[in-house]
Amino acid sequence: MFKGDFIKNLPKIYGTYTGGFIVFIILMAIAEQAGVSAKNIGVMFVAFTVLIYALIGYLSRTIQVDAYYVAGRQVPTVFNGMATAADWMSGASFVALAGGVYFGGYTYMAFLVGWTGGYVLVATLMAPYLRKFGCYTVPDFIGTRYGGNLVRACAVFVLFIASFTYVTAQINATGTIASRALGIPFEAGVWVGLISILICSMLGGMRAVTWTQVAQYIVLIIAYLIPVFWISSNVGGGIFPHLMLGDEVARLGELEQQFGLVKNSAADMKAAGVPGGLKYISGTHSGVPEGGMAVWKYLSLAICMMVGTASLPHILMRYFTTPSVRAARKSVAWSLFFIFLLYSSAPMLATLSKLALMDPNLPTGIIGKSISEVQSIEWVQRWSEVKQVFIADFNGDGILQLNEWFMRGDVVVLATPEVAGLPFVISGLVFAGGMAAAMSTADGLVLAISNALSHDIYYKIIDPKADTAKRLLVARVLLVIIGAAGAYIASFRLTSILGSVAWAFDFAMSGLFFPLVLGVWWKRATRAGAIAGIVAGIVSGTLYLLWVFPKFSVPIFGGVNTPFLGIDHLRFGLIGAPICLVVMVVVSLMTKEPSPAVQKMVDDTRIPTGKAILGKQH
Amino acid sequence: MSNKDAYWNKTKNHMIVTLVLWAFFSLVIFMFGSELNTMSFLGYPLAYYMTAQGSLLAFVIILFWTANKQEKIDEEHGFSEREDD
Repeated sequence: MFKGDFIKNLPKIYGTYTGGFIVFIILMAIAEQAGVSAKNIGVMFVAFTVLIYALIGYLSRTIQVDAYYVAGRQVPTVFNGMATAADWMSGASFVALAGGVYFGGYTYMAFLVGWTGGYVLVATLMAPYLRKFGCYTVPDFIGTRYGGNLVRACAVFVLFIASFTYVTAQINATGTIASRALGIPFEAGVWVGLISILICSMLGGMRAVTWTQVAQYIVLIIAYLIPVFWISSNVGGGIFPHLMLGDEVARLGELEQQFGLVKNSAADMKAAGVPGGLKYISGTHSGVPEGGMAVWKYLSLAICMMVGTASLPHILMRYFTTPSVRAARKSVAWSLFFIFLLYSSAPMLATLSKLALMDPNLPTGIIGKSISEVQSIEWVQRWSEVKQVFIADFNGDGILQLNEWFMRGDVVVLATPEVAGLPFVISGLVFAGGMAAAMSTADGLVLAISNALSHDIYYKIIDPKADTAKRLLVARVLLVIIGAAGAYIASFRLTSILGSVAWAFDFAMSGLFFPLVLGVWWKRATRAGAIAGIVAGIVSGTLYLLWVFPKFSVPIFGGVNTPFLGIDHLRFGLIGAPICLVVMVVVSLMTKEPSPAVQKMVDDTRIPTGKAILGKQH
Repeated sequence: MSNKDAYWNKTKNHMIVTLVLWAFFSLVIFMFGSELNTMSFLGYPLAYYMTAQGSLLAFVIILFWTANKQEKIDEEHGFSEREDD
């Protein structure tokens, strides 16, 4: 049933699906009015959407290699754009991005520019050429272009480190949301999340992941935008917040002046017992910090995120699924459009949420009110119980100051609907959206890792004679193993040790960016150059991370080191990638230029028409 | 110069133009963040607007523009794919 006609019918199918989802939301709203409890509405939202994804995953099952690895290369431009947007926007983007803007203001928004600007690099330097090449995985391109198992294995290694860093964070997010929505312990939530993820990907590989990701995008974007527009009109921000919040941003500036931006000392916070992970507002919302170092901090973070975006295999592999090279280019543009819809809304949500809490003229305002009054508010009580918000009366005046209100970033997305007086059905919808965002990214990542291991390591290196059935069996077994390993690590909640999602970008840019770009744009790049570049980039980047990140440097180097030129642990790709480039160029020039056959391969890669370098089934 | 080389030269130049635009909206304007923030757009301080929305929108526009332009280059040199998507 999933052939020919199915592709033509996609708009109808997903149109019906969207309509069905909206009807479901309305039914839930009616159920809420009829007295169904908030908890049950949350359960129904998550259960209903996950069942739909599982159904899509089951219907997309396949026994064909090219369907499993690249969805049969027939995913239309716009739909691939939606799938990529879901693949890209993680649980962290969904629940934490607005919170990041809320606390970090302008400085934090370097992430927004970085996570979108990278797509220009994807479209100009990579996607169309990798599509023409006809590879199944990113290491498949590197292994074929440079030739040899060693360079292929090096690429798989970098892919593994980058994607695995990322996937544990995603499974963690899936578990957190599942546990909150279903009211089960976090550890159980992680395994529920994992099973949902595997059902979506195991039977149909890339094909199943593609069609579930489109469905997940629709849920997550509805779940993000409805609250933003609704909250905006509730707190007087106007019906179209993106264009109408100028006065509110200015008002926040006034309120910051009025309340004062005070920095708490670490000792004070410890004495008051502020739970870990909770933050307070200490920087300006829209002001630009002064000085050259502040500018460099902004730019260096944006560069790392942009270059990292263009090197992340789970994103690049989405463009292997389009029917043609031109479709791959257009598809990048559509991806960014769909991402833009959410990313441009996050700062608006942060502004509205901040104003709702800070403005004493609004009924929702809490800053400047008496602490006993604030503590009697229902949502404050509920979120205090789970240690997501906290009040510490540092100056003992009984009035809540700006620096005395602590909150976890996620609360901005998860609680603002409640704060602004929206019905609970919206909070249930937000849970479903967060679950969709976390699952879709985890799906893509687990598939990227297991595909690289099954195609590049098992089939290309260990057993090139394996038949289709055996290859797909190995691919599926690896998928389960990788997913289970990710869930097992996530269940320990080692996030503080595993560090930041930003690391995945830095690992990927250190080891993969230049080998990919030069593979297309520089014919002279040789196998030895690529191997040396990948190794030098990933090793130097990793060593620098160990040296600069206090949790590692204290046990290893016996002390805290001052970042070199402000390059901290979020930006270590700025060490790895340039070293990778220099080593790769120098070693390439020292070795014999690639054979005429390889040069012709590069020539063919650059032309959109003609046969792909690698066959349809390989 | 063969047709392929001419095509690749044009593609390369087009890539450079795209990346210059990209660098302008992602890096150059944020070098002057505090200066830009004294101006305003839609009531927002300009640098705040660009990082929250403006540059993001610029990237979307650049991507559609660059894909269309590249398709024209493909056509000019006869490397246009059949309409099958």
